[in-house]
Amino acid sequence: MTFRFRIRTLPATLAVTLAGGLALSACGASNESQAAAGTSGESSAAQLSGTLNGAGSTAQQAAMQAWSAGFNSVQPRVTVNYDPVGSGGGRDQWLAGGVAFAGSDAALSDDEETKATTLCGSEGVFELPNYVSAIAVVYNVPGVSELNLKPDTIAKIFSGSITKWNDPAIAADNSGAKLPDLAIAPVHRSDKSGTTKNFTDYLAKAATSNWPSGAVDTWAPKGGEAANGTSGVIAAVKAGKGAIGYADESQAAGLGVADVGVGSSFVAPTADAAAKVVEGSKLISGRGKYDFAYDLNRTPTASDEYPIVLVSYHIGCIKAKDKSRADALKAFENYVISKDGQEAAAKSAGSAPITDAVRAKSQTAVDAITAG
Amino acid sequence: MTTQHSQAARDVDRRPGLSPAPVRRLGDRLFAGTSRSAGVLILAILAGVAAFLVVQALPALTAPRSEVPGGHGVAAYVGPLLFGTVLAALLALLIATPLAVGVALFITQYAPRRLAQGLGYLVDLLAAIPSIVYGFWGIAWLAPRLTPLYGWLADHLGFLPFFSGPASVTGKTMFTVGIVLGVMILPIVSALTREVFLQVPSLHREAALALGATRWEMIRLAVLPYGRSGIIGGAMLGLGRALGETLAVAIVLSASPGLVSFNLVSSNNPSTIASNIALQFPDSTGIGVNTLIASGLALFVLTFVVNVLARGIVNRRAEFSGGS
Amino acid sequence: MSQNSAPQAPAGASVATSLAGAGLRSRRRRKATDRLMTFLVYGAFAVTLIPLLSLVFEVVRRGIARLDGEFFNSSMVGIVGKGGGVYHAIFGTLIITGLTVVISVPIGLLTAIYLVEYGTGRLKKAITFLVDVMTGIPSIVAGLFAYALFAIFFGPGIRLGIIGSVALSVLMIPVVVRSAEEVLKLVPTELREASYALGVPKWRTIVKVILPTAIAGLGTGVTLAIARIIGETAPLLVTVGITNATNLDPVNGRMATLPVFAYYQLTQPGVPPEFAIDRAWTAALVLIMLVMGLNLVARLISRFFAPKTGR
Repeated sequence: MTFRFRIRTLPATLAVTLAGGLALSACGASNESQAAAGTSGESSAAQLSGTLNGAGSTAQQAAMQAWSAGFNSVQPRVTVNYDPVGSGGGRDQWLAGGVAFAGSDAALSDDEETKATTLCGSEGVFELPNYVSAIAVVYNVPGVSELNLKPDTIAKIFSGSITKWNDPAIAADNSGAKLPDLAIAPVHRSDKSGTTKNFTDYLAKAATSNWPSGAVDTWAPKGGEAANGTSGVIAAVKAGKGAIGYADESQAAGLGVADVGVGSSFVAPTADAAAKVVEGSKLISGRGKYDFAYDLNRTPTASDEYPIVLVSYHIGCIKAKDKSRADALKAFENYVISKDGQEAAAKSAGSAPITDAVRAKSQTAVDAITAG
Repeated sequence: MTTQHSQAARDVDRRPGLSPAPVRRLGDRLFAGTSRSAGVLILAILAGVAAFLVVQALPALTAPRSEVPGGHGVAAYVGPLLFGTVLAALLALLIATPLAVGVALFITQYAPRRLAQGLGYLVDLLAAIPSIVYGFWGIAWLAPRLTPLYGWLADHLGFLPFFSGPASVTGKTMFTVGIVLGVMILPIVSALTREVFLQVPSLHREAALALGATRWEMIRLAVLPYGRSGIIGGAMLGLGRALGETLAVAIVLSASPGLVSFNLVSSNNPSTIASNIALQFPDSTGIGVNTLIASGLALFVLTFVVNVLARGIVNRRAEFSGGS
Repeated sequence: MSQNSAPQAPAGASVATSLAGAGLRSRRRRKATDRLMTFLVYGAFAVTLIPLLSLVFEVVRRGIARLDGEFFNSSMVGIVGKGGGVYHAIFGTLIITGLTVVISVPIGLLTAIYLVEYGTGRLKKAITFLVDVMTGIPSIVAGLFAYALFAIFFGPGIRLGIIGSVALSVLMIPVVVRSAEEVLKLVPTELREASYALGVPKWRTIVKVILPTAIAGLGTGVTLAIARIIGETAPLLVTVGITNATNLDPVNGRMATLPVFAYYQLTQPGVPPEFAIDRAWTAALVLIMLVMGLNLVARLISRFFAPKTGR
């Protein structure tokens, strides 16, 4: 195959390709022009424009996608960007003034509270528990489709004290189940994560004597498989016979999900049960008026509460830097805590919509957001 | 040589009607100056990276031991990570280099001329694949297929420290990571080696064949010595990539930070520096971040040391290169 | 024969001596060795094909699902679940990679030229050594460095396309330098000497004689470097971030890129996960197609500009 191009035509070809590429880019994405043109006449709120930047928790990423999309139909000219760099990175960026709000799986620590007062002034911060998600204990044991696990049993499995599926401790809670003589391969998160923090917090409070490592966001006990991210844990449990892990309930399709011991019964991880336990928990004391950080109740007794939950917050200043940021933030958070917003997140991210009681509290904070 | 050139240029310029010498010398000075500044710019960038690493790592290096993640100070945190990084990179190099040289030989010496370009294109396809795809391929395709092998190795060769088991059920082991990294760096090593093999003067190859050498002997005598510098250059590039590969290792490896172990088939493996940074950085704050950067600094120093060693080996074999 | 082939003389001599005393038995042994090595070389290629084919097969199998018009024509604004595309990510990748090439190739090539043609003494040794050290910088450290650099001027939380380009340049430059250096070193000295003998200035020799001779190898080196960085995710995560909308301005705000897009779609797929996972694989497929396209363009350009040699 010989190319009989003349050198002179090469620049011409390149020029044509470049022009074509530029023309294509000028067309614009089809969905964006529709979105911008759309709903200006229909919404009753004032039309805002601009960009709202947030950063933080990866757990909220799927929900944030739903919230940006939903908010886009309410305020089509506001672009909401969210950087899922992780809760720690998000809080750092917000404290340094780089983003308008942070998504965080953990409430601000005392050090961070002090820094936040410098940033936000006397009006203080808002911490809204906008994302509630159940953490499921997932397993892959052939022939076992239902499994009841008490907190102590879970702690012993994940710390390595129980090593086989037919151990008497597991059999005790599961009469009638055919537990095979298979080694247990516990899977944990290799990355620092809010899911690990909440799971180990639960174990530390509900099975204290069997869980000496306490609540940590980097898995401490030796042994077991490590996987990166929720998707990694799910993949590892799917691949390994006899594997057991903990992951966000929304991604647990296709794997066995254990019912966790609460009081005298065993409760499955459902959205309602997760939302209920948040409602029943106390707020952390000694914080600002609009700071709704929860000290989650890991040892409930009611059979409609599921204790292994992750609550992810939106953290921001009550007094925003300028009017446009305040308006955008207020409108966005308004949408997020509304029934529509929570339903949208539940549909696309599998989270548990917050209860009305929690919503009422968060609404007071959102109403208080003003420009500085 | 420069003096010869400018002498010749000056002699030529003495002829009437030609442009005066300074124009040429200026062009030369300009070009030489520009290329030197490019080199100096690289030094500046590297100095910048080193400064960044040192400045950010300092708080962790000077902090009291208990504040550092892991509770035993920076050295105890970074040591096992260094071990894991070297282990993974060595495995990758061991797997990739012979394969890459073999592939390069195949494409340049054994394959039909017409196919050679296409085959080269095919192997370069490996370089085009993003590292996350390697990661997901590693856990979804490779690891499950290697799991039975790990079981076999643990059962039959378990007396060796490399295979002492218990074997992992998911296959996310150091061995798998070594293979994945090896496949990732193979196109780099092979592409450079291929280019270099193609440059072997046909004169030398034909001379060897004319003297009655078999094809392998011709390769051993005419092609490989000529291409040694390229093989080493390619291997160094590949090693660099293997040492610094972040996401593929993070996705594939089942790591226990703080562990030092030669066991290649179990689910408890030492972590590597780059993947550890990727996994821990997002949720880290304060001293945690500084510690991670300190591990990055350690890797930087490691690359220095590795290169000094490699250069020592190369120089001892007194390589000849074709340029001035 | 010229000076350069001096080391080949002992090689030729050893062939001669090894063949001189060859009897029938050693000839059979040599043939057997030759067959064994042929087998090993073919085997190496076959073994290499296994992961290559399985990788390409997996990506194509999973990625073909969303290879439709909507995928190339829309971004992720307003998309939840089904639909959406990578319009914004494709342009982001092209712009950021383009900027990276514009930064890295001149610096890398000029440095390689300096090292091969001009360099002497300590500066050359230092640069060669440090370029090798640079290849070992983890991609995420390069990203953190670029971010820290820009954060000094723009404050924390800054995310721009150009920062990503700077980070990727730190990764790309050493690859360009190393591969260009190897290729330039192999240009026969005879060509240089002939050019100087004709009175051609050094810089012209480099531009008109040496570079065109080496252009095929240079093209391969640059394409290899581009392939290395175009799929890099970790540095872009911390420097460019992600956005749902199309942003063609590398100095203003976040941009979407194919690898980061695929990464987030795969790791945070939402419910149901199939839609996001499909998008992720198709994005990876598009990325590979992009690189192979660039590869093809590079080879065509090399073929145009390469002088006709006896290859």
